[in-house]
Order: sequence, then structure tokens, then C-alpha cells
Amino acid sequence: MMDVLFKVAIPGILNRKVVICLEFSPNSSFMYFICGLVILFVVAQSVFFLLRAVRRAKALHIDTGVIRRTISASALFTIAPALAILIGVISLSQFLGLPLPWLRLSVLGALTYELPAAQSAASAMNVTSTSTLVTDPTVFSAIAWVMTVGILSGIIVVLFGLKKIENGLDRIREKDARKSALLMDSLFLGMICAFTGLLFADIKKGLPGFIPIAVALVSMILMAFCGLLIRKCQVKWLEQYALPFCMLGGMLAAIPLTTLMGGAL
Amino acid sequence: MKKNRSYNEATHLYGRISTASAILMFLMVPIAISVRYAAWPPFRDVLKGLLGVVPVFWTVGVIEVLTYAPMLGTGGTYLAFVTGSLSSLKVPCVLNALKGAGVEPGTDEAEALSTIAVATSSLVTTLVIALGVFGIRFLQPVLENPVLKPAFDNIMPALMGSLALVYFSKNWKLSVAPLVFMITLFIAVPSLASSVGILVPVAALVALLAGWILQKKGLIQ
Repeated sequence: MMDVLFKVAIPGILNRKVVICLEFSPNSSFMYFICGLVILFVVAQSVFFLLRAVRRAKALHIDTGVIRRTISASALFTIAPALAILIGVISLSQFLGLPLPWLRLSVLGALTYELPAAQSAASAMNVTSTSTLVTDPTVFSAIAWVMTVGILSGIIVVLFGLKKIENGLDRIREKDARKSALLMDSLFLGMICAFTGLLFADIKKGLPGFIPIAVALVSMILMAFCGLLIRKCQVKWLEQYALPFCMLGGMLAAIPLTTLMGGAL
Repeated sequence: MKKNRSYNEATHLYGRISTASAILMFLMVPIAISVRYAAWPPFRDVLKGLLGVVPVFWTVGVIEVLTYAPMLGTGGTYLAFVTGSLSSLKVPCVLNALKGAGVEPGTDEAEALSTIAVATSSLVTTLVIALGVFGIRFLQPVLENPVLKPAFDNIMPALMGSLALVYFSKNWKLSVAPLVFMITLFIAVPSLASSVGILVPVAALVALLAGWILQKKGLIQ
């Protein structure tokens, strides 16, 4: 428990010491307030960029239907991964309460970073269990510091270096359009190949190790079917919704596939 | 089409102001906790904690900017690096938006649509998490239901399957070398799974090298 001492003095009327008890809790209303404040800022920033980009799209004569479909498809696509992030918030809340994981996973971070960061800070403070709620404000504060500072590199590079990176890309584009197109294709494919290769990481563990590959194959087949509908049956509206639909289809298929292939690793 | 300079300059200005403000806001949280509860942690312990994550995550952070910024566009990059979840959410969202609209990356149209996609995705993520946090009593049993666990465990494979089909069929000649390289690498060294972020530019480099050879031989344009 943290006690803060104030001296309240009104000359001639009141002169007393007041002790206010600031009991620390990771779920205190103070934590909700400061985390909520930061999240509100990020929401405001997103709304500002969204409105500005919509105005820009209209000025470029991009069809309003395309803008609407981009918004609705992006929203639909986001729901399932956002629910997965929410599961991360719930799992971290056993250790850090709700407000801090809520903030950390709404901005900047991802569960793959936040959990190791919290564990690293906790072990530096000689706290070994990450399944019981932190009640020591100093330990909690150390964790908040490590989680915040440990992931700032990307955003700092963006702040100071994005313009330079963009100028470099513009120079390549102006100098040689073919090379520029190849560079962009390579970046896109690099990301997809790295994450597709990752699906094979567990295949030495037997049949359950093939579950991610089976899920990806189902998703591929669904996408091929959507491609047929778009090209042969002219279902044009499906173009922007095909990816979220196929992703959800693949996720649903993972439920029976996991049972059939011997359970998760 | 070349990018409109004045719009882009303004995006950089707004992006820098909002990013700098966001960094200050993020730092405000541990400062506020330390001040409010008079709980400043020993500097040595914070440093020790940071040493456990900084070498990997600062490297990944820098690599992510170099890899993802050209895909996300200017406004999308400023926003995505504040809101996070890049490879699992923001980048695929942009790829889907550009593909659906039939727009080439690097154009004015791509810049506008990718910012719309990133901003929408950020807002929906924030909304879903906020609803979940305040309705946790109702949602927790559903989300933690063991029946649904395999579905949430397999988001990445479900996403990559459909994305891979779209991009491999469009550039299959260019895809072969990086795909074979990455599959071989992960089968040979499964422990690299935790460093996939660092391997994205490696795969891009393999694709670039293969593309350069294929262009020289006239096998791709």
C-alpha cells in the first residue's frame, strides 16, 4: 500500500495532515484512465488519417464503391485477428491486469513481443511467475518501462527515416521502372514466402505438424474457388472480400483438421 | 503515375507530428505509473529487462520499417507503426485492398487506399479489443472455449494460404526460389520460427536476386 502525505493548512481555521492511501492495483481506475487516454489519441489519429485518405481518394476520382468496399473488406478482414489479439489481452491480464495489456496490444505491440518483454522485466526484478497478478507497483512499473521502450525502434526509424527511405525508392523508380517493380514484387513475395515457409517448421513432429499446411491448403482451395467465381461468373464484389472469407474458412477448417490430425502440438 | 508531391509532403508533416506525439504518449504511461505510485524501478533492473528484448526486437523493428514501408505507403506506414500488428494484420489488409481495387503499389491511388485500409483496420482492432475488455465476462468463456482454440491458433496459415495463392499465381517464376529457400530453411532449422520477422528481408533478397537473373535471361519482364 502506498501512502501519500499532504498537509492541508487554512490559517486560523484548519491545520491538519491528510494521509491519502493510494493502494496499487493493475486494474485501478487510474490505470484505465491513462491507458484509455492513449488509446483515444490513437483512435483520433486513425480517424484523422482515414478522413484525409478518403478525401484524397475522392479527389483522385476513385469510385466511391471501391472506397466503401475497401473500408468494409478491411473491417471484415480485421475481426478474426482482432479477436486473437483479444485472447492475448485476456492471457496477459492474469499477470498484468486488464488496462496495460489492453493498451499494449491496441498500439505498437503484438503478443509475440509483449509477453517476452513482460517476462524479461519480471525476471530482472526476481519475479518468476507470470500467472499471478503483479501487486508490487515497482515491479509493475519496471514491466511497463521495458514493454514501452523495448519496442520503440521501429516507430523512431519511421519518425526520422521514412522520408529518406521513400526518397530512395522514388530515385530507383525514376531511374529504372523495371528494377523498381522487381523490388516491390520481391518485398511482397519475401513476406509471403517467409510466412509460408514458417508453416513447415513443425513437420518433423509428425502428423500434427502438418496441420498448418493443411489449413493453408484449404484456404488456397477456397481462394481458387473465389477466383473462379470472380473471373468466370463475374462476381466482382467478391474481389475485396475473398481474402477475409477464405481466411475465416481456413480457420473454421482448422477445428476438424486439428481433431483429425491428432490435435495441436 | 508519379506521386503528388504536396499531398505527400503534408502526409509526412502530419505523420511526423502524430508519431512524435504518440511516442510521448506511450512514454507517459510508465512515467505516470512511476509518479502516481512513487514506484520508480531501479535503472539497473530496467536495463537488465531491456537487454532481454532490445537486441531482437529493435533489430526486427528497423527491418520491419525497411521491408513494410514500401508496401504500406506513407500515411499507412506512419499509422501502422503506431498501431502495431504489422505482419498479421496491417500488411495483409493493405495487400487485400490494393489487389481488390486493382491498384499498383507506389501510385497515388495505392497511397490513398492503403491508408484507408490501415486506418480502418486500426479502428476495428481498437473497437474489438475495447468491447472485449469491457465485456470480458461474457466473451472470455467463448474465446477461451477449447473447441475454438484451433481456429485462433491457425490464423496465420489460413491467411497465408489464400495470400500465397494470389501472389504466387501472379508471379510464380519469381516465387519459386524464395519459397523453396524458406521452406528448406524452416525444415532444417525449426527454431528460426521465432525469428521470422528477421527472415522476411532475407526472403525478399533471394526473390530480388532470382528476379534479376530471370530478367537477364528474359524469362520475366
